[in-house]
Amino acid sequence: MANQEMTGAEIVIKALKDQGVEVIFGYPGGAVLPLYDEIFKQNSIRHILVRQEGGAVHAAEGYARSTGKPGVVLVTSGPGATNAVTGLADALMDSIPVICLTGQVATHMIGNDAFQEADTVGITRPVTKHNYLVKDANDLARTVHEAFYVATNGRPGPIVIDLPKDVQLASGKYLPPSMVKHKSYKPQVKGDLKAIKAAVKLISNAKRPIFYTGGGVINSGPKASKLLTQLVRLTGHPITNTLMGLGAYPASDKQFLGMLGMHGTYEANNAMHDCDVMVCIGARFDDRITGRLDAFSPKSKKIHIDIDPSSINKNIQVDIPIVGDVAHVLEDMIKVWKSEVHKPEAGATKKWWAQIQEWRAKDCLKFEQKGKAIKPQYALQRLNELTKGMDRYFTTEVGQHQMWAAQYLQFEEPNRWMTSGGLGTMGYGLPAAMGVQIAHPDALVVDVAGEASTMMNIQELSTILQYRLPVKVFILNNEYMGMVRQWQELLHGGRYSESYMESLPDFVKLAEAFGSTGLRCTDPDKVDDCIKEMIAIKGPVVVDMIVDKAENVFPMVPSGAAHNEMLLGGEADGAGPKVTSDGLSLV
Amino acid sequence: MTEDTEIFRHTISVLVDNEFGVLARVVGLFSGRGYNIESLTVARVDETENLSRITIVTTGTAMVIEQIKAQLGRLVPVHKIADLTIDGPSVEREMALVKVVSKGEKRVEALRMADIFRARAVDTTEDSFVFEVTGVPDKVKAFIGLMEPLGKAEVCRTGVVAVHRGTDVI
Ligand SMILES: Cc1ncc(C[n+]2csc(CCOP(=O)(O)OP(=O)(O)O)c2C)c(N)n1
Ligand SMILES: [Mg+2]
Repeated sequence: MANQEMTGAEIVIKALKDQGVEVIFGYPGGAVLPLYDEIFKQNSIRHILVRQEGGAVHAAEGYARSTGKPGVVLVTSGPGATNAVTGLADALMDSIPVICLTGQVATHMIGNDAFQEADTVGITRPVTKHNYLVKDANDLARTVHEAFYVATNGRPGPIVIDLPKDVQLASGKYLPPSMVKHKSYKPQVKGDLKAIKAAVKLISNAKRPIFYTGGGVINSGPKASKLLTQLVRLTGHPITNTLMGLGAYPASDKQFLGMLGMHGTYEANNAMHDCDVMVCIGARFDDRITGRLDAFSPKSKKIHIDIDPSSINKNIQVDIPIVGDVAHVLEDMIKVWKSEVHKPEAGATKKWWAQIQEWRAKDCLKFEQKGKAIKPQYALQRLNELTKGMDRYFTTEVGQHQMWAAQYLQFEEPNRWMTSGGLGTMGYGLPAAMGVQIAHPDALVVDVAGEASTMMNIQELSTILQYRLPVKVFILNNEYMGMVRQWQELLHGGRYSESYMESLPDFVKLAEAFGSTGLRCTDPDKVDDCIKEMIAIKGPVVVDMIVDKAENVFPMVPSGAAHNEMLLGGEADGAGPKVTSDGLSLV
Repeated sequence: MTEDTEIFRHTISVLVDNEFGVLARVVGLFSGRGYNIESLTVARVDETENLSRITIVTTGTAMVIEQIKAQLGRLVPVHKIADLTIDGPSVEREMALVKVVSKGEKRVEALRMADIFRARAVDTTEDSFVFEVTGVPDKVKAFIGLMEPLGKAEVCRTGVVAVHRGTDVI
């Protein structure tokens, strides 16, 4: 078989099959017709026709994050490829493995401003982990196999393979995956044992330790989350997760301090600030976490475990860097911990835990459901309670609702929470939920949404209808770009420039127009019924939950403030940390 | 100046696959992340493995220089990176072609200077010379400076190439 000539399009589809691909999210056009012809002729790969290419990439991201397998996208040249750019940038920021096949004009036309030509490799170079333009059908199989290897090894990320139409039609030879080895890309997976031993020693002698873990733990695979849980319990130390890292450690566990960062909990941010040993695992000291850099955790020794050497010492200088795959390093750490002769003194962290309990007692996420308006926090708390124990997955859009979802939903397992963290892409949640539902047809998949974000990829309701995907869109409708409004309230004198959502559609009718069920809830006493009804409905549902328009997300570390300087809400006018003029220029 | 604000100059060698777009990746990395490029040279150095060697002279704080190397390491077609400035002694060379248009005394003086700098006249007419000068960047710069009043009309510099001294290879 290996030496038989095939067409380029046949080679690509065969290579995808050999890579175990089951689903492609795509949208056809002139430059990919030969590939679509091959898709037509086979049955093992399912094609999901989205309604805009941006939706295809987010769907692939949702698929990838909920399965751990790479998501695959197929789009045409020119506008097909440019529509995919936002999704690629999103996947790069959040380290999601995605293979995006783009059509390209015929090789002899490249550079001529041909119809639907765009310099796709040029445009996507900074938003992909790597990209390829394949000019010879004999290179196709190797390139596809290499792309899967690069997308899924090391720090995962999106890959574009640009496929000129003549190459899809030309004939060439196929190579199976086993015959393709990458020449240069060999990420380090095992951590340096000396550094690991030093790290374990530091952790066991700590008086005020904290584990700070991120999306890298999830990307390393479910085993990494298990090992993390094991290590954290062995040590008895507190742990906090980043937005991307939620689910790597069970949220209900008593050692868990909740999310940290700009909208993290009081106890998590204070513990990060006051700790003497910080163990950062698969996180990257992002500006949402650190706040003002010179005030970040001044008294701690820092350990940083990451598979990407460029994450280390990028924003924060650390004391013990360990380059390697999280699961491998954690396995070694546990071994070393168990074999160590000098165990931590009993009660060494007793004072620290007492301090943490004091912070916890602030109950920074408390809110009161009073009055006639539904509090968004309440709606999410109920959503969490009423879906507990179910086979559930949550995606989100971007805004206040996203932060509340991170604060009030509880994740006991990895891969059940998909949100656009690094890029913060409104319009992510709905297509991502589609991708999750495709991978988990019987699960409850909820997109926690804002009304403004929902409008960004609303066309995908049509895809949801076509494939009978029972996705639930749970809109916390505050008739505002709430997060923008919150910043305008805090930083721009309450001048709500263009953040009010005028002329919103009737979401119930809109749902019906797309063959979904629409539910509206305006009464706090009916929230439970509405959620139960949503769950009971077999097909897709759009919930229009009308919530308090004026609610803000707290705690909040204002831009430019130190990470332990938080607004908790309800401060007297002028009290609490101020936004500095430096802070005003930050995003 | 404190440790984290002092700016250093580093010469970095990168061995890459000689393939389509690889230079754009390197240059795009520098512009996209706001790093400086003082000079950059590239050419294929290994025919059998089809590898090119890129030599970059850059400046930045110690933390930025570390980042530059780590970020270069993330590029998929990159095989090896060496920081010739910290690895130990290395040899750096740059070549320039300097066109000098002048007559009479100035012309004679230009030729005398060229001799001192071991620059060669590789083209000559009655009114002009093209000198080829090779050396460390400072020497090349000094030579160009001296040609200024003597009729310097055009300069073309290659940028720095560099290798480790002794038996070390990258
Ligand atoms: C594509 C895109 N454009 C603009 C923004 C800036 N932005 C961040 S949050 C937000 C408002 C989101 O409003 P909504 O979806 O209603 O959520 P809410 O904050 O009200 O919960 C905007 C405009 C963004 N994140 N993404
Ligand atoms: Mg809103």
